[in-house]
Amino acid sequence: MSTVAIIALASAFVTHATAHTPTASMEPALLTTLALALGDGAIAAADGHAVDAAHAVHSTSGYADVGPLHFVKAVANTDFAWLKWMLLAPLVSVILCGAMAMFKVKGRLPALFTVAAFGLSTAMAIALYFQFGPTLFATHAPLTVPFMDWLSLTWGPGPFQSFTANLGFYIDGISMLWMLFVTVLATLIALYASEYMESDLKAGYARFFFAVSLFVTSMLILVMSDNLVGLYLGWEGVGLCSYMLIGYYATQPGATAAAKKAFIMNRIGDLGLALAIFLIWTNYGTVQYDSLFQAIAGSTSEAVQGGWSKAAIPFLLLLAVCGKSAQGPLFTWLPDAMWGPTPVSALIHAATMVTAGIYLLARMAPFYTVQAIGPEWAETALLTVGWIGCFTAFIGATIACGQFDYKRVFAYSTISSLGYMVMGLGVGTAFGGVYYVFTHAWFKALLFLTAGAVMHGMAGQVDFRKLGGLLRVPGFRLTMICMLLGCLWLATAPFSAAAESKDIILLTALTSHVQQVQWMGWIGVLTAGITAYYAFRVWFRLALGPVKIEPGADQHADHGHDDHAGHADHAHGGADAHAGHSAAHGSGTFHPHAPGFRISLVLTLLAIGSVLAGLPSYLAHSQGFNWIQRFVQNSSAWMRAGNSEEHGQILGRDAHSTLFIIATSVVVAGFLLAWILHAKNRALGDRLRAFMLNTTGLKWIPLGSEHGWYVDQFYNAIIGIPAWLGAQLLAFTDRFVIDGVIVAAIGRFPGFIARVFQPLYTGTVQSYALTMAGGIGLIVAWVVWVWLSGGAS
Amino acid sequence: MITLASMGSVAPMTPAMPANIQVTLALAIILFAIGLVGFLTRRNMILMFLSTELMFQAAALAFVAFGRMWMDLSGQLMVIFILTVAAAEAALALGLVVLLYRRKETLSSEAWAELKE
Repeated sequence: MSTVAIIALASAFVTHATAHTPTASMEPALLTTLALALGDGAIAAADGHAVDAAHAVHSTSGYADVGPLHFVKAVANTDFAWLKWMLLAPLVSVILCGAMAMFKVKGRLPALFTVAAFGLSTAMAIALYFQFGPTLFATHAPLTVPFMDWLSLTWGPGPFQSFTANLGFYIDGISMLWMLFVTVLATLIALYASEYMESDLKAGYARFFFAVSLFVTSMLILVMSDNLVGLYLGWEGVGLCSYMLIGYYATQPGATAAAKKAFIMNRIGDLGLALAIFLIWTNYGTVQYDSLFQAIAGSTSEAVQGGWSKAAIPFLLLLAVCGKSAQGPLFTWLPDAMWGPTPVSALIHAATMVTAGIYLLARMAPFYTVQAIGPEWAETALLTVGWIGCFTAFIGATIACGQFDYKRVFAYSTISSLGYMVMGLGVGTAFGGVYYVFTHAWFKALLFLTAGAVMHGMAGQVDFRKLGGLLRVPGFRLTMICMLLGCLWLATAPFSAAAESKDIILLTALTSHVQQVQWMGWIGVLTAGITAYYAFRVWFRLALGPVKIEPGADQHADHGHDDHAGHADHAHGGADAHAGHSAAHGSGTFHPHAPGFRISLVLTLLAIGSVLAGLPSYLAHSQGFNWIQRFVQNSSAWMRAGNSEEHGQILGRDAHSTLFIIATSVVVAGFLLAWILHAKNRALGDRLRAFMLNTTGLKWIPLGSEHGWYVDQFYNAIIGIPAWLGAQLLAFTDRFVIDGVIVAAIGRFPGFIARVFQPLYTGTVQSYALTMAGGIGLIVAWVVWVWLSGGAS
Repeated sequence: MITLASMGSVAPMTPAMPANIQVTLALAIILFAIGLVGFLTRRNMILMFLSTELMFQAAALAFVAFGRMWMDLSGQLMVIFILTVAAAEAALALGLVVLLYRRKETLSSEAWAELKE
């Protein structure tokens, strides 16, 4: 069975599926995606589709050395003052939904407000693209739009004597790209959530949409802000919303624990970002992107020798990325974040928020160059980024192979994909990383939403061993076909949008002349094979085979609540089961609840979007330019905009064709393995697992993979338990040393003194009076003595 | 300071004779001493209270004497205050004595020595 055939099959299915959807109801956004790409062709023709000489990619010496940096100065333009409504529209929705949550208003109004506000933002993002895009691509000058004064302090006339961080917008290629896909996906997912969350109409509907609206507001602040403090504001805002939404089912202890874990692990990263901003101000005296990039371009590499405070910046930024994008040592919060409702997992923990780290890396790409931090640190910083991404991609993929909860598989696949993106930045192609962000946003949102549709229908069943043959279950055909498409894209099937973007990363890595970067590339190729295996492991188990449905614990709640088996008993939901389904449950049979119109519509649109996300690459083959590359070339990451060494070689052969052959065979191998073990002969797959579990030398593989290589347990052992012991020690010290010894000693001292003098107190009034009289007598005697000795003259 | 001179109708007077003030002060000291000794030696609460009254009056007498000596009405003013306070204090103290008597059926102050604890 060839993968190409499957793609053809998938496209046929998708075409088939869309044929059922009335054309008039198609989301305009997707049509415009097509229009955007086509429109850009006209722009390219207009400016002779030549990359400006100032932006030519240097691929000469060491890969951290990109030659002298040059940034086109931003142009302020108040004609775009309407951009503030992009932020204010979701903010209005925040206020309305918040008020409705506060006054416990029931009904679907919050969803309506949210979808309308997001739609408005989407329209404005698209309008911005058409109004400002041509100017940006022609002049390479970013746009700044003042919005509101926020922090503006001056304590002297010179440099380093003022601090400006106003709420203003800085629009260049990458912020425009992020604005586009964040708003479009947020609109679609909010529409999906309006149906998905209906079982919570009485409990948390308004609260849910309040947090989602706040999330989009914060995310837009993050990508639109013209300075690092504004970015930090958005960064913390999305973290807060992530926390609120992971812990949405607050009556379940697991959900609140997961929310706290996500928040605390993100704090570690946020500390890195805060320190990086401090150091950036100390070194450059500004946190505004425009003047900061000008300052970097103006500095010479002689000035950075031995400057640790500059060299630390890229590493601290990387720490921030590790927190927000679930990389390296800090990735363990993302799988637990799946406690949140599935639309949240799709929007926040797959498509948008977790890519904020990639945005930060691309935005701050100038710091990963020789000119900013010197030759010895620049390469180390880039290699660290690359290795963290590579390591995370590999670890995430290996853990995903051992999970039985399909939503967790997708969570680990997100970690792995984010690893690829970070690796892309690390191996020197921001273009590849950003392109993969774009394609990944579509197909991973699609995958999560199909997973959500299955859970929604199967009463929260998340274990794929308890489900099967869903392709033949009425109402689930579209969902499973969309999931197939998502899995194909996740597995980077040849010619898919995901493969086009991932191959840029692998190509850049494998053609690098830095040995370590090549190793990263080979690990990336291996990871692609593992990815194909685990993606299809899920799909084959869920979609094929005999029909098997064991409903989850949410049976009586009717609607899926993302509940993990064994964590039932949540307060909400029980009362609001639909009457028809309650009757069905009462009779003891389970009827899968097929997704309704809105969910199907959104799945279809996302599937189309996932396919079209590859359009920039297809057009690049035919027309010689790539739509996404355009964005990166006209951003602060322009020096990493190329897939460098286009004519490099892999294993002594032409790079492009060799990579295509290698990547395809690896992906097909992973796919075939999954097919044999999970579709053709499941008994063999189960026997293999049992054999590995029973063999001492191999036991660690399935067990380790299932338990995430015990990273959580390891952190618990090296941080959790010592912290607990420390707390016990401190509690003991407090109770017995401080309270028992010090406080008690001070407290008893006056009593002790009193007991010494107490015998003087006889209780006879006259003795006191005598003492007093004696005292008066002494004073009189003293006065008389002073008088007699002539002292009081 | 209210002085006789400042009142206008009375002609300024010369300070009083030193001999008179010494006699008056001596009387005040004797009265005070009697009160003090009485307070220290008696155990009967009513008598102790009377002794304190005696000391009050000694002080009042001293004020009058000094006021006369300086031709100043402030001394006499103080006496009125002292008498007022003494009257109020007499009412309070005698009331307390009555209450204490009811508790222990005795007027001896030694009955209350346990209050030292």
